[in-house]
Formats: sequence, C-alpha cells, structure tokens
Amino acid sequence: MSAIPFDEMHTLGGEVRHHYQDFSRWLEHQAPERLQNKRAEADLIFRRVGITFAVYGEESGTERLIPFDIVPRVITAAEWKILEAGLRQRVQALNMFLKDIYNEQKILATGLIPPEQIFNNEQYRPEMQGVKVAGDIYAHIAGVDVVRAGEGEFYVLEDNLRVPSGVSYMLENRKMMMRLFPELFARNRVAPVEHYPDNLLENLRSVSPQNSTDPTVVLLTPGMYNSAYFEHAFLAQQMGIELVEGKDMFVDEEVLYMRTTQGPKRVDVIYRRLDDDFLDPLAFREDSQLGVPGLLSVYRAGNVTLANAIGTGVADDKSIYPYVPDMIRFYLSEEPIIKNVPTWQCRKPEHLKEVLSKLPELVVKEVHGAGGYGMLVGPASTKEQIEDFRQKLISDPAKFIAQPTLALSTCPTFVESGLAPRHIDLRPFVLSGSKVSLIPGGLSRVALREGSLVVNSSQGGGTKDTWVLER
Amino acid sequence: MLSRTADHLFWMARYIERAENTARMLDVNVQTALLPQDAENAEQGWRAMLSICELTEAFAKRHDDVSAEAVIDFMVKDPNNPSSIYCCLQGARENARAVRGALTTEVWETNNTTWLELKKVLADGTVERDPSEFFEWVKFRSHLSRGVTIGTMLKDDAFRFIRLGTFLERADNTARLLDVKFHSMPFSPLANLSTADPHADYYHWAAILRSVSAFETYRKVYRDVITPDRVAELLILRDDMPRSLLASLNEVCINLEMISNDYSANTERRAGKLRAELLYSQIDDILQMGLHAYLTNFLERVNDLGNRISKDFLVPLEA
Repeated sequence: MSAIPFDEMHTLGGEVRHHYQDFSRWLEHQAPERLQNKRAEADLIFRRVGITFAVYGEESGTERLIPFDIVPRVITAAEWKILEAGLRQRVQALNMFLKDIYNEQKILATGLIPPEQIFNNEQYRPEMQGVKVAGDIYAHIAGVDVVRAGEGEFYVLEDNLRVPSGVSYMLENRKMMMRLFPELFARNRVAPVEHYPDNLLENLRSVSPQNSTDPTVVLLTPGMYNSAYFEHAFLAQQMGIELVEGKDMFVDEEVLYMRTTQGPKRVDVIYRRLDDDFLDPLAFREDSQLGVPGLLSVYRAGNVTLANAIGTGVADDKSIYPYVPDMIRFYLSEEPIIKNVPTWQCRKPEHLKEVLSKLPELVVKEVHGAGGYGMLVGPASTKEQIEDFRQKLISDPAKFIAQPTLALSTCPTFVESGLAPRHIDLRPFVLSGSKVSLIPGGLSRVALREGSLVVNSSQGGGTKDTWVLER
Repeated sequence: MLSRTADHLFWMARYIERAENTARMLDVNVQTALLPQDAENAEQGWRAMLSICELTEAFAKRHDDVSAEAVIDFMVKDPNNPSSIYCCLQGARENARAVRGALTTEVWETNNTTWLELKKVLADGTVERDPSEFFEWVKFRSHLSRGVTIGTMLKDDAFRFIRLGTFLERADNTARLLDVKFHSMPFSPLANLSTADPHADYYHWAAILRSVSAFETYRKVYRDVITPDRVAELLILRDDMPRSLLASLNEVCINLEMISNDYSANTERRAGKLRAELLYSQIDDILQMGLHAYLTNFLERVNDLGNRISKDFLVPLEA
C-alpha cells in the first residue's frame, strides 16, 4: 500500500487543488472562535431537532448524534460526470441480473457465475422465482459505496441494494451548511440536493402496479426503536406519505389495505425499510411482529410493489460482488466505468492460499457481514488478531472474501487537535424506476479516528456535506 | 389518516390533559389540607383523591399509610402508577415521538422538552419543598402544549383527534373533581351537599373552584356568596366555562362531526344525546337525582364514548 493517501484538498506537494481553492481562502479568513461556535451550533440544532440514531447493544433508548464535520467533500463536475455514468451503468446491470436470476437465469447458463453461488446463497429467495415485478426493477433505491484511491481512481466497495440508509443525513448536512455558512454557497456553484424526496416519490409512483392511476405510496418502518427511525419519519414527512408499521396494514383477497380513520384504504407501493426476513410471518420469519401476514401473496399476485423488491440481497452480497464487472459486460456489452476492488474469494483454494500468505496486508470481510462488524483490517491489527482471523479463515473459508487494503483518500476534518486528514468514502443514491436518476453527490462518511478506514456510523464515523461543483 | 397515527395523537392529548388535571386535583387537596382540621379529615381528603381516580387498591399495594407525602409521591413520581404525572407526561412524549411526522416541530419540541425538564424538576426536590409550585409548572406546560397545537397545527384530522382527546379527557376529569366531595364524606346522606360546618364547606368549594381556575369566574358570573349548587351549575352546565362538562362535550361533538366516517354514526348520536341532556338540564334536577349518582352515570357514558371512538377510528377491526 502506498504510504501517503490521496488528499482531496491538497496535492502531494501541499498545494490546494483547484476546486478547493475558494473554500481554502475562505477558511483561512475565519477566526477559530467563529468556527468553534458554528460547530457547537450545529450540534445543538441536530440534537434539538432530534436527528439522532439509536445504537444497538447500548442501553435501550440511547440516542446519539452522528458527528458532523464542517469541511465539505468537494467533487469536480468532470469527476462527477464519470461517477454518474459509472453508477448508472452498474445499477442498471444489477437490476438486469436480478431479473435474470429470478426468471430465465441466462447468466448461469453461460458459466460466468457458478450456480451454487446463487442457490446456496441465503439471500437468494426461491419465493421470487418467476414473479413479475413492475417495470422489471428490483433495486429501486441503491446506495453504492464508492472510494477513491488516487487521481481519477474510483472503486466501488459495496452495492447496497436492500434497504440502504443515510440519505436523510445527506439532506440535513446540506441544510446545516447553508444555515451555518450561507456565504459559501454564494461563492461556489454547488449542485442542489434538496429535491431528492421529490425524485424518490416520483420514482416510487412510477413503479406502481398497472391498475392504479393515482397510486397510494407508503413507507414501512420497523418502528420508533429502529436505528434509522429518524430517517423513516423524515422521508415520509418530506414526501407527504403515510409512515406505516406492519400492524397498520392487512391483507384481504390478495389486496393490501391500511387501516385509516376513514376505513380500509388500498396500498399500491411500499417503500419498505424492513428486511426481507420480517416482511411476512407467513412466508419468512414466523416470529416477525413487524410485517404483514399474507403480504407475499399480494406481491406475487402483482397487486403491490415493494421497493426494493424481495431478494435483492443476492446481488449485493460480498460473495457476488466479484462478478459485477462480468455482469456489466454480459448484460450491457460495455466495459465497467468504475472499477471493482480486486477480490480474493476464499472459497477457492488457490485464492485462500494467496490470502493466507499475505494476511497482514489485506482487508478480510465476512461475506454476509455489514455495518463494519466482523472484519479484519490487516495493517491496523495486532499479530494476535491476525492469527485469530487466520484460524477462522481456515475453518470456514467460504464465509470470507479478502481485498488489498486500499489507501482510501482523505479529506481535512476538524478533530480535537485541529484540522487533520481523515479517510472518507461516498455513498451516492441511485433511483431506478421508469428512468434512472441520481442526486449530485451523496453522503460522505468520514472515519474520525486517525488512520481508521472504517467509516460506519456504528463504528464512530462522522459525515460531511458533499459538493458537486457545477463548473 | 392512519388509524395508529390518530390513536397516538388522541392519547398524546389525553395524557397531557390528565397530567394537568391530576396536578389540579392534587393542588386542591394540598390547599384544603392547610385549613384547620383534624388529622382524620385530612387523611379522608387524600383517600378521596385516590378513590375518585380509582387507585385505592393500587396505592395500598405500594404504601401502608395514607399521608399527604405518600399520596403526592404516588400520584406525581411513581413510575409503577400508570396515572402518575410522571407516567402521563412520559406517555404523551412517547406518543408524540411515534408520530412526530404528523406534528409541527413546535408541538414535538414542546412535548419533548416537557418530558426532559420533568426529569430534572423531579430530581431537584421541588415537589417535596413546594408541591404547589410543581403543580403550577405542570399546568403551564399543558397550557403551552395546547397553545402551540392551536397556534401551529393545520386544522386537519390530526388536529381534530388531538382536540377530541383533550376534551374527552377533560370531561372525565372535571366530573371526577366535582365528585371529590362525595368521596370525602362516605357517611353522609348523598343528596345533601351542605355539611354541618358551613365554613369548611365554603373553603372546600372555593378550593374546587380554584382548582379549575374558576374562582374569579364564579364571582363574575354570580356576584354572590359561594354555594354548592352554583358551583355545580358552573362546572356542569355553563357552556361559557371552559372546563365545564357542557363546554367539554360541545368540543367533543364538534370534533367528532369533523372526523365522521361510515361507522361512527352511533357514537356521534350518543355524544350528541349526552350534550343535549346537559344543554337542557337545570341544576335542581341534577341535585334532586343526587350529584354523585349523576356524575357516576356521566363518567360511565364518557368512558363508553372513549371505547366507541377507539373502535370506530383508532383500532378498527379488520374490514
């Protein structure tokens, strides 16, 4: 791995990059006390409005703020153009893959992906085989994690196609920056992001089952104790749709209704923020109190659209990730615009051998893990941790993949000692319906601990506003 | 709107109103306890308080003796007593949190702040030092919540369910407050409102008037000495007295009509009938029947309305 990671703001020689020059000049002219006050103000506002998330495993009812950093992550128009094209291409291919897997399975016939990789995958849902979904779209909302390793060198780290979250922070961070430093937006042409809820609603309406002209769209939440409840309530309010829980709905004769004060009302589209397992106790987990009994029967009858569809996890699973470039070539006859991180599949003996030989240099991830849990970052681990992981790998290699430790780019960030470089990533949100749309930018997450590469908020990550410059 | 949302809004409002009225009832007792009286009478006042809230048994499980300190602790702070002010304000906040998308930011922040401040106030000893100051605070937070609701919310179904909750709860609570007198005199003939000691009577009724912020109102309306029949008239039959039974029922009927659906005709009819009876009653008829008997019947019918509203709108059975 290279010694000095790419810095978003400064060149290796210490000069401020062109697209950061205006911000940098502004920053030099700010009194430290003013910045300090503004940062305190941001904290206060986030807490009063209740933009908090619950942390699993801590005392129940613990509400924490996700730290917000006032130095934006800036992306040039030229770079965004490439990123946007790459993300569209990727999500389009993934949707085509999902349609193929749950219908004709052409890609399996070619031998590009071994069939057992699909059928032995816990995320593959046989219930979806042959089910017709509106517009052949499965992943209506995708949150693709992108990292930069060098000049123009972007990689997709993960395709989140189940219930990706974080978009409310993208919106709130922008609102906060405009409130704290309006002068910055007068000087820089920053592409707006505020219309995301409109785009999302339009997207959801566009995938309604054919028989409804004025579809009723609802947002299904697991409830107020879920870690992302704030986001669920926020998005429902912004779109002006009902925020429902499973118990608010019922199934009658393969039609889904919600209970309203004016009697039952038919539901056409569910933007669900609930995992597959909990959607329908009759089809999946019997003990789920969060879903709607019989929902799958309504879905299979084509009387309701679920966004995202059931079974999208088979396309964003880490064991499937290595095949995405092949999918792009197979379905679109194009070369991938954004690269995959080279990945060793430990289930393959020759890959495992190579991984074990250079374990201290690699990042090893559980195939089904998420949220930054259960992973090994070789260079940041002790010998004991590495040896521990070696044993895990040997005893169940199919559970893991390994990747080189990327030198994720850094961005100057306020920490206790002042401004210092911290590693960042980017999660743009891709909406697919009757058309594909993206909001310029996305959510930038930052690993606040020095040297840390883990940006997840559950692991002490923070967020930044993300600017895509219009020129 | 979603039934569950309406249910949360309805209960948010009920809990706030109940917290306010519990504070009012406790304050009456604190005030009357300041009058010269024997220990037995004082204790009887606190027993009455528990009895009208239907909490005698629950209290006995938690405390051996009925004393001012024990009853106040039980009714203010006890997290195991679902009717305590603590539980009411917690319930209001939790219900608000569940539907914060249906509330304006100001309404949400008011209820959230009430809950956060309550925990501070309970910890700093105000309740023990000066219970009346604490009860004032509860009333003030309730005024604020109601005011910010009226001042900022769109007048849509969400607003109507909040108002419905407020006035149904108030009808219930005012009736109970009036009924205190009966409960504090278990051995007296029921119909007769006056007791042997006319002075005790005066202070008792004056305390009840003050507890519903109606002392000055009484003077203004009657310009005469305080008599039990007039107090009853003011708090039951005057439609211009904002905490009276008739005023509460007026609001219940208005809001019910606005949210009317295909199932609610019978509930509206019953509410209308109860209101009409209040509207066309005279206080003499009520006293003839016996105030306690009258109020008991009234409470049953308000409870019935609550159940029906719940069934028609809030937790409907499947289609």
